[in-house]
Amino acid sequence: MTTRPMTRRTAVLGITAAAATLARPSLLRAQSTARIVVVGGGFGGAACARALKRMQADLQVILIDPNSVFTACPFSNEVIADLRDIEAQQFGHDRLAAEGVTVIGQTVTTIAPAQRSVMTADGVALPYDRLVLSPGIDFHYEALPGYDEAASDKMPHAWKAGAQTLLLRRQLEAMDDGGTVALAIPANPSRCPPAPYERASLIAHYLKTKKPRSKVLILDAKDNFSQQRLFEKAWKELYGDMIERIGLSQGGRVTSVDPATKTIVTEFGNYTPDIANVIPPQRAGHIAEIAGATDATGWCPIDPVTFESKLVENIHVIGDACLGGAIPKSASAASAQGKACAAAIVGLLAGRTPQTPRLTGICYNTVAPGYGFSLAGNYQPKGDIFAEVEGGTTSPVDAPRELRSREAAEAERWFQTITADTFG
Amino acid sequence: MAALINVPSKAKRGDIIEIRTLTSHIMETGFRHTMDGALVPRDIITSFTCSYNGTEIFRADLFPAIAANPYLSFFTIARESGKLEFEWIGDNGYASTASASITVE
Repeated sequence: MTTRPMTRRTAVLGITAAAATLARPSLLRAQSTARIVVVGGGFGGAACARALKRMQADLQVILIDPNSVFTACPFSNEVIADLRDIEAQQFGHDRLAAEGVTVIGQTVTTIAPAQRSVMTADGVALPYDRLVLSPGIDFHYEALPGYDEAASDKMPHAWKAGAQTLLLRRQLEAMDDGGTVALAIPANPSRCPPAPYERASLIAHYLKTKKPRSKVLILDAKDNFSQQRLFEKAWKELYGDMIERIGLSQGGRVTSVDPATKTIVTEFGNYTPDIANVIPPQRAGHIAEIAGATDATGWCPIDPVTFESKLVENIHVIGDACLGGAIPKSASAASAQGKACAAAIVGLLAGRTPQTPRLTGICYNTVAPGYGFSLAGNYQPKGDIFAEVEGGTTSPVDAPRELRSREAAEAERWFQTITADTFG
Repeated sequence: MAALINVPSKAKRGDIIEIRTLTSHIMETGFRHTMDGALVPRDIITSFTCSYNGTEIFRADLFPAIAANPYLSFFTIARESGKLEFEWIGDNGYASTASASITVE
């Protein structure tokens, strides 16, 4: 167990090293000016664009994202709990531009796979040899009657970081002591499966510190969740009975909401909390649907070796939007996928058979300042998806607080590293 | 945990109403083995009934393939005010009951 942090770091470096090895020969016989368009400048897209340019300097790499500032989700739960400023979550694409990536601040409106061209809102058509979609998630409003974008002004999801994160924080600040904060949690697949429980923890921390008579109520469409024993132990240790969780088999699945009365409806009861943090069911970002890359699940089936869409040729899908199987929808996984996808594309352009990627996903949870734990997994293609392979670790359930404290510090270093690696 | 029941407390005469039930039960299939090879004995709910003012309106037989914590939802017509009674019967003498009232106007 003591060597675990070292193992993780080695694994992460391994991806970068493998990618670099793949890239080297192609520099010699690269096709002159192949053009790769990357849509979405988050952890997946930015990592992919940067890796492409670094692997093959003469590639034309275009990154399209309407937002000049990217607001990162990891650690945004700390912003909600007033432990961190939103500015610490925000990153630009200036460094990528300086490295030769063409950054376009537009929304993609249409994709024509037959013409291999994307059209942006300003009417410009951009042809591509290969297109990488890294659109993250969108909300599947039809799956939660009563919830839509307007409802999110009253019942924030805060599941895309930014204005929603700050709205939820303001609601917490405005709530009277003794209030109830409810979190509605959807079934998987969803973005960052343990994050709702980290959020519940940090909200409990905020309440314990500032409004100690208040409660956190979790209404959950799942019975079991990632790192459950670690969370439940921490809740008991830190927050006593402040956090109540109603799981699927206790009737916790939310079936609809009524924003007018701020009511959350489950199969067996109605709840009217003071704050309703409703995380709706999700699907791939809308642009993936426009491209025709989504299937009936709402997500994008891919060839896990190259990340190429199973449905549309010359389009690759990475990050939260793809049907990844065991690999979680996390920043760390998206970044690893972005780099592996870049290596696969460089290989494909050079006519080589892509190597099978081995990806690492790391997920840290901070349940209070100085109290963290983690899960690290290794993933390899198996059939149409990724399967978890040996070498993964989860923090021990029984561990001294010193380890929790060390992992909380490691979490912060992880964030500094991945954001520097992607945007810095 | 007691069973969860969701019956509308009020309905108009002739309305079609939805009834939902969920009860906690491991629903052990009887097909699994322990680490040392011993068979884990079957332990499931085998039947469920719902009566409306004493008349049976819904019955279900349950089998090993049904997952833990069976959730059953069904419909009936609200005919009169009164009581809905629910009963789950299973292996090893398992029996559990619950009830809910409805006012029909």
